[in-house]
Amino acid sequence: MNSLMKLMTTAAILVATSALTPAFAANTAITVGMVLEPPNLDPTSGAAAAIREVTYANIFQGLTRFDANGAIVPDLAKSWDISADGLTYTFHLATGVKFHDGSPFSADDVKFSLDRARAPDSTNAQKGLFADIASVDVVDPATVKVTLKKPNGSFLFNMAWGDAVILSPKSIATEATNPVGTGPFKFVNWVKGDRVELAKFEGYWGAAPKLDKVTFKFISDPSAAFAAMMAGDVDAFPLFPAAETLEQFKADPRFEVISGNTEGETLLAMNNGKKPFDNIKVREAVAHAINRKEIIDGAMFGYGTPIGTHFAPHNPDYVDLTAQSNYDPEKSKALLKEAGYPDGFTVSLKLPPPPYARRGGEIIAAQLAKVGIKAEITNVEWAQWLEQVFKGKDYDLTIVSHTEPMDIDIYGRDNYYFNYKSDAFKKIMTDLSGTTDPAKRSELLKAAQKRIADDYVNAFLFELPKLGVANAKIVGLWKNQPTPSNDMSEVYWKD
Amino acid sequence: MSVGTLPEVKRGLVGAAFQSKSFALGFAVTAVFILAALLSLIWTPYDATALAVSDKLKAPSGLHWFGTDHFGRDIFSMIMVGARTSIAVAFVAVGIGIAAGVPLGLWAAAKQGSLVDEIIMRANDLVFAFPALLIAILITAVFGPSAINAIIAIGIFNIPVFARLARGAALTLWTREYIFAARVAGKGAVRISAEHILPNIMNLLIVQGTIQFSLGILADAALSYVGLGAQPPTPSWGRMLADAQTMISLAPHMALFPGAAIVLTVLGLNLMGDGLRDLFDPKLRRSRS
Repeated sequence: MNSLMKLMTTAAILVATSALTPAFAANTAITVGMVLEPPNLDPTSGAAAAIREVTYANIFQGLTRFDANGAIVPDLAKSWDISADGLTYTFHLATGVKFHDGSPFSADDVKFSLDRARAPDSTNAQKGLFADIASVDVVDPATVKVTLKKPNGSFLFNMAWGDAVILSPKSIATEATNPVGTGPFKFVNWVKGDRVELAKFEGYWGAAPKLDKVTFKFISDPSAAFAAMMAGDVDAFPLFPAAETLEQFKADPRFEVISGNTEGETLLAMNNGKKPFDNIKVREAVAHAINRKEIIDGAMFGYGTPIGTHFAPHNPDYVDLTAQSNYDPEKSKALLKEAGYPDGFTVSLKLPPPPYARRGGEIIAAQLAKVGIKAEITNVEWAQWLEQVFKGKDYDLTIVSHTEPMDIDIYGRDNYYFNYKSDAFKKIMTDLSGTTDPAKRSELLKAAQKRIADDYVNAFLFELPKLGVANAKIVGLWKNQPTPSNDMSEVYWKD
Repeated sequence: MSVGTLPEVKRGLVGAAFQSKSFALGFAVTAVFILAALLSLIWTPYDATALAVSDKLKAPSGLHWFGTDHFGRDIFSMIMVGARTSIAVAFVAVGIGIAAGVPLGLWAAAKQGSLVDEIIMRANDLVFAFPALLIAILITAVFGPSAINAIIAIGIFNIPVFARLARGAALTLWTREYIFAARVAGKGAVRISAEHILPNIMNLLIVQGTIQFSLGILADAALSYVGLGAQPPTPSWGRMLADAQTMISLAPHMALFPGAAIVLTVLGLNLMGDGLRDLFDPKLRRSRS
């Protein structure tokens, strides 16, 4: 009995010390919280932002990439030459690069990846990025020549997207569940419904990452996310789902609140192809009925920059057009009267799950009610939203944030769910894609912003903030989100 | 009056009821909520749906008795209007249960052992076998979330409860002499059920109705908590709780008051049901006097 007690005590002490040891050693593991679990792990065949949040710059790399501030910097392509006519890009690739399965990376892989992405049967979610490529030629194992059909000022930008990463032909069949890239971290394990684990890739060609182990943990419930952060189960939550709890994290020295920009233009989208929103006066009336400040305060707890058009305010080409659609309920009522709706009308307002939409929707419904527009709220799940609103265009009003960078071109797409048809806008987009001169591009981008604001296509609400919480000892997390990503290559724990 | 026990119960029923402490307490609590719900039709301190974002998350004070929520709405007003929603949903749902379940149960009892009895009771078992909330979620998933669909969902779940109760109670009555006498006198099954059986099982139905009413309020709160009940901006207790969830450390009053409202109403109704059961139960009554 006595010896048994002794044994148990020793065992208990052993367990306790072994559990404590890592706390004294330098911490090289991090657990990152995410709201949504990726449906698969192949960014070249799925649109979900969550795929990029796990893989971008960690597992997969492209020719170019976004840095933390959104600038385009070299990645697998160390440098490039552009021909005088803007049609030929010669990429000089990094050497000594290996895929996680040990096979060497070469120009053939670049050709394979780009050809695969632009093939007619490609399942790439952003095929438009590759549309201007005429041919991809291997010059030598470290040089690739890309020839374009017409000059494209944003080609290097396009190549930085998560959809344009370079894959190995060998691993293509299993990419979705066992991604193999050239990045600083290799895929280890995916426990469905819980987490994805990555580990440092010893054969990485660039500067070795400081972390040994990265775990992405999926927590969709805001209160569970809050509890996980507070308990230390999660070290960082770059897109924290509960803005209302940030004050508490701010007051706690253990944590740092990271508030930056995303590329998410949050809109009250109107179905331009359906009565009554086919009437520009009605759309203008809605724009003037919206009080952006109240929405930002009420739904986002004060975080978020008002926008007056579909463009990111931190972009140098942004034009502040918020005054054009200022809060003016009297004007709104007058416009409704002019449009033939003196007593208002009833429409549906479909709200996807994120808090900005659900909370914002309640506020907007109350604001619209003040000018006589009765918006009946229907809460929908994402799958329903994609099916009914995005694909089926069966909606009157909806709230959603468009998080892709530089996506103003969606207003020129036929059959997009806004049902906005403007030849003037399409012309601006055509001119833009054929222009490489930065000053002219800037001018055209400004004209495009003005065009959609003048047409009151949607009510432009605010730029979605990137609100993150992290342990105060973590260094190197991105402040802004120029593209969906949780780049862990330069993250480390300070002592 | 055709039945022996009923007049005796009726005499001084109200007085006897209030001698039961649990009934009196339960009745008082329930009455407060019903009055609040009725009052909300004509008056609330503030408009329960009016947003005032600048006043958000105010703690309880003289101005806002129960504080304000994350949109600056007055929680006291929302609780009053929410009581109306909850009570209406539960009341109509129990009504559906009684209106459909009791005749079915009586019919099954009258045809005891026949095919009709089997069909009715097995169909009831089928509905009963599903968890109530699952049926509710199914219905609202198919027809879309709204207060009406919540009522139907909860109502359907109530049908087998009353059908079983009515059948069980009626079966014992069918063996009584006075029923036998009625049959000899030439009364048909329908008339006997309506004139002799129903009045005698009324006490059981009232007690069960009270309990189902409280379960209905709970079910309505659960459904609107997961977003399947009354849709915004109509206030509902369940959604108020759901909204409060992430703000519980920031503004605990947001969760406290709707939570307390649900607990108190359910408790009140259960106490009332208990009191009524004691009152109607002849055995307990005899031991009391």
